[in-house]
Amino acid sequence: MSLLVAKDIAIHFGGVKAVDGVSFSVEEGEVFAIIGPNGAGKSTIFNLISRIYPLTHGKISFDGKDITRLKAHDIAQLGIARTFQNIELFDHSTVLQNMLMGRHTHSRTSFVENILFTPKVRQQERDHRKRVEEMIEFLELEAYRNKMIAGLPYGVRKVVEIGRALAIGPKMILLDEPASGLSVEESQEVAFWIEDMRRDMGLTVLMVEHDMGLVSAVADRVLAVANGRMLAEGTAAEVQADPHVQAAYLGTAPAGEPA
Amino acid sequence: MELLQLLFSGIANGCIYGLVALGFVLIYKSSEGVNFAQGDMMMLGAFIALGLGNSAQMGLPFGIAIIGAMIIMYGVGWGVERVFVRQLFGQPQFALVILTIAMGFIFRFIAGSIWGYTPLVFETPFSGMNWNFGGVILSAADLITILVTAVLTLALWFFFARTKTGLAAQAASQNQMAAYIVGVPVIRLNSLIWGLSGVVATVAGVLYATKGAIDPNIGLLGIKAFAAAVIGGMGSLPGALLGGLLIGIIEPIAGRYAPGELAQMSPYIIMLIVLITRPGGLFSQIHAKKV
Repeated sequence: MSLLVAKDIAIHFGGVKAVDGVSFSVEEGEVFAIIGPNGAGKSTIFNLISRIYPLTHGKISFDGKDITRLKAHDIAQLGIARTFQNIELFDHSTVLQNMLMGRHTHSRTSFVENILFTPKVRQQERDHRKRVEEMIEFLELEAYRNKMIAGLPYGVRKVVEIGRALAIGPKMILLDEPASGLSVEESQEVAFWIEDMRRDMGLTVLMVEHDMGLVSAVADRVLAVANGRMLAEGTAAEVQADPHVQAAYLGTAPAGEPA
Repeated sequence: MELLQLLFSGIANGCIYGLVALGFVLIYKSSEGVNFAQGDMMMLGAFIALGLGNSAQMGLPFGIAIIGAMIIMYGVGWGVERVFVRQLFGQPQFALVILTIAMGFIFRFIAGSIWGYTPLVFETPFSGMNWNFGGVILSAADLITILVTAVLTLALWFFFARTKTGLAAQAASQNQMAAYIVGVPVIRLNSLIWGLSGVVATVAGVLYATKGAIDPNIGLLGIKAFAAAVIGGMGSLPGALLGGLLIGIIEPIAGRYAPGELAQMSPYIIMLIVLITRPGGLFSQIHAKKV
């Protein structure tokens, strides 16, 4: 069964059709990549899935449940985590605090218990910390554990954001340009992590990425979009060979079709 | 001895400035704008407590009147966010400034039309009580002001540091987008913060009313409290409280030892000095941007 199904989704900002009738489905345990030129609507698709934007049209379901009308804060609880192209972290907090915040929806203690700091609360805090420490170890963030985000280099902040998303304990992770701004070594490391997420953590990965090297290395299937519409879907090689995709990147229309 | 006396009453006044400043900071952090009606919310809270408690009005017991006023003002703050502030989401900060200035006028008008413009005295079980410690007179109102401020500060600290809701509010104040995706209901929390700042304003208003008569224009004290919040760094709760204390202490001392009207100007002079020397405030949370 498909984990995520987007059916004919669209969002119009006034007359601008940022996403216009896109359909795709992501299978459980799959790495699915969305590619396309700048302004194609890739990040907008992410914002529709994570319910930051309301859909003008269409339907999104996750794990058999219709999520089209849910609020942005309900998404984490269902098991969808994400990162952002421009990195959205709690800048005046430490790496550890940011990742612990990922455990927010897993808090099962009451207001009064929290104030009294009962043994149950302490045990829960230890469990959260253990979980977060596993992610810190996985992403090799040990050296930065108690550093403030505001002072960290770009590459590290990007990894912290992945760590916070993993701390949520999701079924599916949405990575918005995980390799942008990273060095070649760093981006290879991201490729390994994506492999591990799928293999060891059983995660489904949906990513937006420009780096075709990374996409070819990790993605099972690729969807190409341009101007809010679907161009092609298939393996990385198939999509790259598609004349519509090449035209969208090079700016020329294939013969016999309107621009 | 005289200095000690000035210091004591200065601290008590400073507590009230600090509490109103706290309200400014709470809302600044959640709605990313300044609530210029904070002083007027303090005034309204004081009048509601007076209306519920005074024998000539509803005549409820003192404690119940205060709790009632806190609950009503929680509702007022919550409702203002729910009905008005929420609509301004994504608008320039200026929109919230205009909205809250207008709200301040409305609150003053409401209080004026219910309770009139002649100063009224809030009846408390401890009015007029004071003790003389070797020349320094400690009034019960001042002592209670300091005590209540300490307790409320501690309670707020517990709320923000220990509870899930408090931590979520802190997270939302640092980055709303990030808060959403870890499952924090940001908009619902904003209503709660507005309600909370209504409660804090009410406590400040009641404490103010224990020291003397109140009229619908006492909300103008909010301007001084705003200076206190700026001195503290606008984004810092302890900073707001300390900014308030600083202004509260310096005002009477400047009034006694400095020439002319300097005392009236002293809060703003301090604010200017802080803005020039430490533009982010004494408890700045702003870091230099890395390029």
